[in-house]
Amino acid sequence: MIALENINRCFEVGEQTVQALNDINLEIDAGEYISVMGPSGSGKSTLLNIISLMDQPTSGRYFLNGEDVTRLQDQQLAQVRNKNIGFIFQSFHLIPRMTAAENIELPMMLAGIPVKQRKSRVKQALSQVGLSERAKHLSNQLSGGQRQRVAIARATIMQPAILLADEPTGNLDSHSGREIVQLLEQLQQQGVTLIIITHDADLGQRAQRQLHMADGRLVEQ
Amino acid sequence: MIVSDLFLLALKTIFAQPFRATLIIIAMTIGISSVSILTALGESARSFVVGEFQALGTNLLIMMPGRSETVGGQPPVLGETPRDLTLDDAKAIAQIPLLKAIAPITIGSAPVSTAGLEREATIMGSSAALREVRHLDLARGQFIPTMDFDKAAPVCVIGQTIKEELFANRQSLGEWLRINDRRYRVIGVLGNTGQSVGVGFDEIVIIPIASAQMLFNNYSLFRILAEAKSQQAMYQASEQIRKIIKLRHEGEDDITIITQDSVVQTFNDILLSLTLAVTGIAGISLVVAGVLIMNVMLVSVTQRTAEIGLLKALGAGRRQILALFLTEAAMLSLTGAVLGILTGQAALHLLELIYPDFTFILPLWAQLAALLIAVVTALVFGVMPAYKAAALDPITALNRH
Repeated sequence: MIALENINRCFEVGEQTVQALNDINLEIDAGEYISVMGPSGSGKSTLLNIISLMDQPTSGRYFLNGEDVTRLQDQQLAQVRNKNIGFIFQSFHLIPRMTAAENIELPMMLAGIPVKQRKSRVKQALSQVGLSERAKHLSNQLSGGQRQRVAIARATIMQPAILLADEPTGNLDSHSGREIVQLLEQLQQQGVTLIIITHDADLGQRAQRQLHMADGRLVEQ
Repeated sequence: MIVSDLFLLALKTIFAQPFRATLIIIAMTIGISSVSILTALGESARSFVVGEFQALGTNLLIMMPGRSETVGGQPPVLGETPRDLTLDDAKAIAQIPLLKAIAPITIGSAPVSTAGLEREATIMGSSAALREVRHLDLARGQFIPTMDFDKAAPVCVIGQTIKEELFANRQSLGEWLRINDRRYRVIGVLGNTGQSVGVGFDEIVIIPIASAQMLFNNYSLFRILAEAKSQQAMYQASEQIRKIIKLRHEGEDDITIITQDSVVQTFNDILLSLTLAVTGIAGISLVVAGVLIMNVMLVSVTQRTAEIGLLKALGAGRRQILALFLTEAAMLSLTGAVLGILTGQAALHLLELIYPDFTFILPLWAQLAALLIAVVTALVFGVMPAYKAAALDPITALNRH
């Protein structure tokens, strides 16, 4: 489903060129559970950005479901992201002035889905993450674990094939962290491709396939 | 993205930042209200003046001695002094069949007195036709009777103020009024006409033209007013009058003829450009409001960087981000514009309370233009911040906290 061929990504930092990704070749099948680990600056986030279509490689080709997505324009990329990829961030990134339900609704708004359909899907998603009671709460009225569950509901509301989680438990206590991991793994068992980026070795080792990054190169274990 | 969602999202953002929104709305309110108040003042002044000139009469021709032109030198060598416009000229002109009524006029000032009360008053010498030509109302009595232009009669018609001041609580009709050293019998009192293009008919005494010429010992006419039978006749009559005067004045048509519509048109043009100029000046405040919108929106983009990054991650393209920010700016300034129009209306009502004689109108076109200008201003000044937001790199945006 995801195929990266000779992906390079360079950044100009001052007069120096930093090679964040160095000739990455990677194939990921539908439904896989993958963790990407490595020290800071090893290129984990850059890889995630490339996979999530938030960033474009300097060279190389990226096929998503057989389609070469390195050639797409901004508007098309936005649509591909909207339909295929769900994001979960370390710092949740909920919009503070919106309620839990409205945050979850947001990707459907951007996709132009009719209001009626949106409401029923939000309701369903809220009950899946166990937050039906909290639908009308603003994000600052929710605990860290609850916020991340809202974020997961938002990430999955468009039923994307790929879930990208960047340090999903980084800002949570261990108890909430465990709950979030269980929720993510549950989704993976239902067929979603789950890619988790983490510093946490315990979390990383739960994945069936573990990737390590160092100096922009990929080492599979 | 559904349009209603666009508005909903923009509305939520606006309500989340009430102070910021208030600032923009206030700026827009001030801008639009000043534009609409000044437009209304200009428009009202225009319609007032034009109305005054139209009330002057219908298809009116005004003749005055002298001609406004450059002859190229001082009299008597190159130029010449204009000949007087006389009662005989008026009689000759009165023969033109295209004219319905003709009123020669002399004006002078003299003390008027009765029963020990005296004041200075404007004395107008004219004929019976003046009433028709100037659409004058009579409160009581009769107007100057129809008679030959050169026949004097010791009668007068007085204005309301003269009546109140000299005949305070007594009958005025039939009484003698002394003007200079001559006596005139009051035969009529004018209705309350107020000011009419600078001539206060309330403070005037009208006597027959020949009487006035005798009174002031001056046989030159101040003006000749004539009412034509139709607008078409007015232009033709103007030509014929020139011919007659040329014959009578040794080959020189040394009079100036003003047609009423040309006066109306001239004042209309002058006041319209005045209105536009004033509106343009007020428009500067709209530019200031626009710059404020731009500023505040730029701050908003900076504050909401992470949010913009998130929207992009969730599948918003450049166009959607652009639309979101522009909708927000447009909604804010439209609210400001509506408030501005209401404020303007309120201010005009207040002015109407203070000056009840003057009607202030804010024309519909001005209101619609104000709304349009507000939205255009918001879009023009909102484009830069919105474009900045749309161009944000989602990764950097998301990582900025």
